[in-house]
Amino acid sequence: MLYIKCPYCGLRAQKEFSYGGDATVKRPNINEEVSSENWDNFVYMRKSPRGKHIELWQHIAGCRQWIKVQRDTATHEIFQTAKVTEEIR
Amino acid sequence: MSQPFRLNKEGLINRNKKISFTFNGKKLFGYEGDTIASALIANGIHLVGRSFKYHRPRGFFGAGVEEPNAKLQVEFNGHSEPNVNATEMELVEGLSATSQNCWPSVNFDVGAINNFLKMFFPAGFYYKTFMWPKSFWYKIYEPFIRKAAGLGVASIEKDKERYEHKFEYCDLLVTGSGPSGLASAYAAAKNGAKVILAEDKPRFGGTLLTDDVSIDNLSGKDWAEKIITELKSMPNVTVKNRSQVFGYYDHNMLVMFERVSDHLETKSKFTPRQRLWYIRAKETILSTGSIERPIVFGNNDTPGIFLSAAAKEYMKVYGVLVGKKPLIFTNNDSAYETALEFKKNNVEPIILDTREEHSSELIDEAKAKGIDIRFSHGVIVANGYKKVKSAKIGKLNKDKNSFEKIETIECDCICVSGFWTPSVHLASQSGNKLKYEEKIDAFIPDKKKQHETSVGAANGSFTLEESLKHGFENGSNLSAKITETKTEISIPNVNEKKYGAHDKFWCMPLPKNENPKRFVDFQNDVSVSDIEIALREGYRSIEHVKRYTTLGMATDQGRTSNLNGLQLVSNIENKIVPEVGHTTFRPPFTPITIGTIVGREVGMEYMPTRKTPMHEWHEKNNAVFVDAGAWKRPRYYKQGSETLFEASKREAKNVRENVGICDVTTLGKIDIKGPDAAEFLNRVYTNAWMKLPVGKARYGLMLREDGIVMDDGTTTRISENHYHMTTTTAQAANVLSHLEYYLQIVWPELNVNVVSTTEQWAGAAIAGPKSREMLSKLYPDLDVSNEALPFMGYKEAEFFGVPSRIFRISFSGELAYEINVKSDHGMFMWEKMMEVGKEFGNQPYGTEALSTLRIEMGHVAGPELDGRTIPSDVSLNGLVSKKKDFIGKNSLGREAFNVESRQKIVGLIPIDRKSSIPEGSHIVQDQNAKLPNPKLGHVSSSCWSVENNNPFSLAIMKDGKNMIGKKFFAVSPLKNKSIEVEVISSHYVDPEGKRVRS
Ligand SMILES: [Zn+2]
Repeated sequence: MLYIKCPYCGLRAQKEFSYGGDATVKRPNINEEVSSENWDNFVYMRKSPRGKHIELWQHIAGCRQWIKVQRDTATHEIFQTAKVTEEIR
Repeated sequence: MSQPFRLNKEGLINRNKKISFTFNGKKLFGYEGDTIASALIANGIHLVGRSFKYHRPRGFFGAGVEEPNAKLQVEFNGHSEPNVNATEMELVEGLSATSQNCWPSVNFDVGAINNFLKMFFPAGFYYKTFMWPKSFWYKIYEPFIRKAAGLGVASIEKDKERYEHKFEYCDLLVTGSGPSGLASAYAAAKNGAKVILAEDKPRFGGTLLTDDVSIDNLSGKDWAEKIITELKSMPNVTVKNRSQVFGYYDHNMLVMFERVSDHLETKSKFTPRQRLWYIRAKETILSTGSIERPIVFGNNDTPGIFLSAAAKEYMKVYGVLVGKKPLIFTNNDSAYETALEFKKNNVEPIILDTREEHSSELIDEAKAKGIDIRFSHGVIVANGYKKVKSAKIGKLNKDKNSFEKIETIECDCICVSGFWTPSVHLASQSGNKLKYEEKIDAFIPDKKKQHETSVGAANGSFTLEESLKHGFENGSNLSAKITETKTEISIPNVNEKKYGAHDKFWCMPLPKNENPKRFVDFQNDVSVSDIEIALREGYRSIEHVKRYTTLGMATDQGRTSNLNGLQLVSNIENKIVPEVGHTTFRPPFTPITIGTIVGREVGMEYMPTRKTPMHEWHEKNNAVFVDAGAWKRPRYYKQGSETLFEASKREAKNVRENVGICDVTTLGKIDIKGPDAAEFLNRVYTNAWMKLPVGKARYGLMLREDGIVMDDGTTTRISENHYHMTTTTAQAANVLSHLEYYLQIVWPELNVNVVSTTEQWAGAAIAGPKSREMLSKLYPDLDVSNEALPFMGYKEAEFFGVPSRIFRISFSGELAYEINVKSDHGMFMWEKMMEVGKEFGNQPYGTEALSTLRIEMGHVAGPELDGRTIPSDVSLNGLVSKKKDFIGKNSLGREAFNVESRQKIVGLIPIDRKSSIPEGSHIVQDQNAKLPNPKLGHVSSSCWSVENNNPFSLAIMKDGKNMIGKKFFAVSPLKNKSIEVEVISSHYVDPEGKRVRS
């Protein structure tokens, strides 16, 4: 079971969180024209990398904040966590 | 009543307390502190079971977790448990144990014929023989195998015991209380670290209890006791015996299985039987020790053959002799300690040492005590069927591939030692790639993957001095990093015997013209010849050899067989062991009960039960409940001997004719506040929200980004910047997360806050033609006329003195209102409604009637919004704005969503107006068509229309709107029904929606 550091609450067990997918995907702006290809990429196309992956988790049984987690998808090592407004590099 | 193999003095058992038990019906006794195994051996009983494949007689082999044979069916404290390790289960009064794997009895087993037909059971036998014909598998082969070769029998009774889960955090978790574990825990504790020390056995100390050593002039056992006593007195230390750390998971999460009360004669009502600990440790010390390895020889599975350390443990811990004419068969010095222990107890052992004559501290001592030692000797084959009677021994030649001077010597037990294998299971589970250590011919942990440090024998250090030193150092250093305190501890003086080098010899050659079975894996009956066959047939990967032969795949996880198996493969293949590699270690290290895994999450505690504030009233009035997520909702209120069908029909009819009330507390409610709330709703919902006035509600539809309908509900503008959103009961949690996602990540610039208020409000719907009259009695001072409170109107008013909210919204399609009061006033509201509603014929109605009402009105709900439908599929495209953007809008343009023949919602009625159409039925053109019969759609919801007095269903059907008026079949192979139906509009009742506006 992963141990995830919520930037608001501190280290908490994985069961308090729910997974939210790739955090680097950006939704096209509201009220802006978007090509079908870009839209389809946003809705459906995701990479499935082996290794470092920046992803969203929601601290659903805690502060309910969505957070960013940089995790190794093979080893589960977590390198960094951040608020969604912060950058992970 | 005498115990012929019990020593007079030795042992740590409590001789003042006798415990009686039965074995295969025979009454026996042992002492407090005995295991089932030690008590049986004391009574001279060795035959305890039959082997898995050949049903060969089997006895005890080990004295703890390594035991491959002695798995018993045990009844105690009112329950029956299969596959109990007799070497681990402590004796309790009244316990009754029986052998497994045998029929009709352990002494005469019909299945033993397999032993004489062993041609019949080579490696891969199951794969080869039972493959054909396929139809035979379920009817003939599988039942036969299960009957002939199963393990124990699982109880079919409900488990009445209590099991618990516990979550714990610590700086340092130490797994195993042998010398290195004790030293680590002690050093860390002295540094102020929060320490958990776990010991699998009932007694602390590990090998210190059985080895002839001294530490600081105390015996090993006394030193262990001193340290444990001190640790127990420290507030920062938790010391746990009977606790097995069996799994090492991600991020230093370890799981421990504690046997809390199986060994107790009496316990309180709330004492759990077993407890599962989830331990998050900053650092872990793996001091799991090592397990002795057997040497393979002919008939090496005969009862009376033991690991040599086990024989010593039976003497030193339980005061029990495994035999009185012991043969010690070894390739190393450690078995000499067993021989000396026998000698100390006036038993004369003979030592067969595979090494050439040489000298070491222990050998010299054995010689000095007059023990008969035969170097370059080994056991060729053991004789005796149900117990060892003699052994054929021989002198090994220089290459050790043949022998001479063969002779048969009498013995009643053979104690075998093939050196030591570190227990690296937890290290391997942590992700540590193991490395092969040539010096000890075994795998030890390599580079750390998590915060784990292996010490002592688990790390391949087999001397006490080294184990203690590593323990103290690692315990101190690891904890000092956490506590930033370092207390100096002087490492104690140690007195131990020095061991000479071991012999790299694991398997005796076969005698000429004889072919006795030489077992590698006892529990799964895998012999040397099975491994040879697997290799001859082309299996190369050790993982494949393992699966083909089942080597190491039994419940003992190959603790005594893995390395010998590897050595064999490496010898035959001419590869070195590290090239062959090892198989994967997986948790649990030892079998654990299902009850422990489940813990308290069983029955009513499986998940939380959510009850509305009116729940008690529903109970008192014969409500039959249905689960809606975690909620309990009244399905119907039973009157007399009514069935579900009759009751729901009555309740629905009463709503259509008079008035009914329904508990709608469970609907999801979300408060939305902030200056940008309208803009936010406008993006979340498909329809327009910018112009909704204060005091008005609106029906809204929300999509996922892929255009699929996510949820629907009404949202009311309570004040300028305050909205009250309702969701379906099922989607409440998802919708809240969805809103939070967009507010926190996508549009953080919107000044809006959302919070769930589901539990703040109790809700009741009042529906039916007489609902306005009833409402006017509930609010005598309020103008509730159609003009003052029109459809989709909203008012706040006092309900008999308590604040309330009135929404004029309808799910039933009737003139209807929904009243919300604070949860605490829910019951008050409900009872008042029942009282005031009497004169209007008011009756409560449950979810079944609620469904009927919405289905015949053509209102969609969960079964239609099933994650596959877009707004136009369910005739809600009128709610989709063309002018503004919203979540999922771009997806609605997809080609597949806009083809002419796209699925649409329709209504179905049976041609005979009588047959109910099962939900889930498929709609087909021709009920007799060849399979696969093309599916035109499916039935989503069915009811008995109370308005028209015949069955009615909603269906999602291909090109649905153009099918109206046509006839099809609704077929349900599941219910073996085929019903001819006619397609009609989905709005079966009041299609213009006049009633809700009346
Ligand atoms: Zn948090």
